[in-house]
Amino acid sequence: MRIALVQLRAELRRVAGNGEQLLLTLGIPVMLLVFFSLIDVLPTDTKEPIDFLAPGILALATMSTAMVSLGIGTGFERSYHVLKRLGTTPLGRARLIVAKIGSVIAVEIVQFAVLIPVAFALGWKPDSPNWLLAVVGVIVGTMAFAGVGLTLAGRLPGEINLAAQNGLYLVLLLLGGMVIPFAKLPGVVRAVAHALPSGALADVLRDALSNAATQPTRSWIVLGAWAVVTPLLASRLFRWD
Amino acid sequence: MSAVEVEHLTVRHGDLVAVDAISFTAEAGQVTTVLGPNGAGKTSTIEVCEGYRRATAGSVRVLGLDPATHQRQLSGRMGVMLQEGGVYPGSAVLETVRHYAALYGNGADAAALVESVGLTNRSKTTWRRLSGGEKQRLSLALALAAKPDVAFLDEPTSGVDINGRDAIRGIIRDLAANGCAVVLATHELDEAERLADRMVIIDRGSLVADGTLAELRKGHDEIRFRSDPGLDLRALAAATGIVAAEVGRDEYVIDAPPQPRLMAQLGDWLAEAGHPLHDLRAGGQRLEDVFRRLTRGDENER
Repeated sequence: MRIALVQLRAELRRVAGNGEQLLLTLGIPVMLLVFFSLIDVLPTDTKEPIDFLAPGILALATMSTAMVSLGIGTGFERSYHVLKRLGTTPLGRARLIVAKIGSVIAVEIVQFAVLIPVAFALGWKPDSPNWLLAVVGVIVGTMAFAGVGLTLAGRLPGEINLAAQNGLYLVLLLLGGMVIPFAKLPGVVRAVAHALPSGALADVLRDALSNAATQPTRSWIVLGAWAVVTPLLASRLFRWD
Repeated sequence: MSAVEVEHLTVRHGDLVAVDAISFTAEAGQVTTVLGPNGAGKTSTIEVCEGYRRATAGSVRVLGLDPATHQRQLSGRMGVMLQEGGVYPGSAVLETVRHYAALYGNGADAAALVESVGLTNRSKTTWRRLSGGEKQRLSLALALAAKPDVAFLDEPTSGVDINGRDAIRGIIRDLAANGCAVVLATHELDEAERLADRMVIIDRGSLVADGTLAELRKGHDEIRFRSDPGLDLRALAAATGIVAAEVGRDEYVIDAPPQPRLMAQLGDWLAEAGHPLHDLRAGGQRLEDVFRRLTRGDENER
């Protein structure tokens, strides 16, 4: 436990000292939330855009941390042989993974501690929210996104992984029902969007926080499937150097 | 029990046989160098010993344990210096050593380790801003943070300037003097000649020699000297019976034991012919020549 905590401290120090990761995990979600809440240009079909946006931005924050931030950081650690060196210390791979999970959870707690009050300040009024269900959704979503991020990080060279994670982030953001409603997407694209982990998590959070999901049961199944398949894929495909 | 025991170790990367059934041991309190040309299989061998790579066949025991299955037990007693990298570019020197010292949890003093490798004045410098030699020194400090019983060092002085090399060699000697089994992979012969108690030479995945430098030199004495270029070696042979070969522009080798009579005859002949005599050296072959002979010379010599 002590060794995992040592590594967790190092992971958190690295995240806190990395401006790009702070922008990605906190800056962009806050900016999107504030901008599209105050300037009503999104076709949200809700009386207040914030009621549509808030659950979507929480899903985006989860994806930013669990997939992009974790994936890019781990990819570079792999390219720089940091993982290889750490593997020769008493830390070992299991504790390293525990520390990385701890780091993702800690960052998510900070994200939600900032985003939720900002959303309330912007007028968000959750409709019969089930916070516990939302937390379960975030945990399952974190597993799914971490699996995607680590699968890419474990196979691609550092710079290519960086480009791939950022590109995927953009695609999942636009097609994930986070800021653009599923109903506004063309038919085929909408079907794909519902099958993506971003779309599933956004829908699940809308179900938990505002009773406004489009297909909650199916989204839980889709998200659960991603959360099982991608970590398995990562564990099979991940290369430590 | 030897600190490191490698028996019939084979490592394959797909169809390529990187290491082919080699066996050797490394003892506590000694520096054992694993020498070989680039691509000989040194790093693959060391990585199996570190527990980082699995053997295709054969066995490796480090401190009596199989590193592939007991990596966790061994990691606290094993110092590892990678050939390259291994540190996050944005991490500062002292911060990195502190982190590793905390991971090992053995009370190693990070500041003292940084000082021992001569990086105190670069304590706050990040990895990406260190020179190649400074990176090597930091890597060594990370290996030392384990307070190791066995240390695997891969090319420890690569890219390091002369003064830095002396400092690193001093640290390696101290490690061995304190009872650590040091296994040092290198292709730098000078390094091996200065540090090794025992040498293991690998070529194209196969073990071609294992012993002390004196043992490797045994039976391969020579007399080596410099003089004018293009000496008349036929005349030398006719006058004295000495058979010499010109191996450089003005460098000659006589394949013979260092007998004073022979050397006197050589000196007399050169003096009479009006040629100078420089850099006369008699005795065992230089490691460079031993290495050449073993790694690409006559197959029968092996």
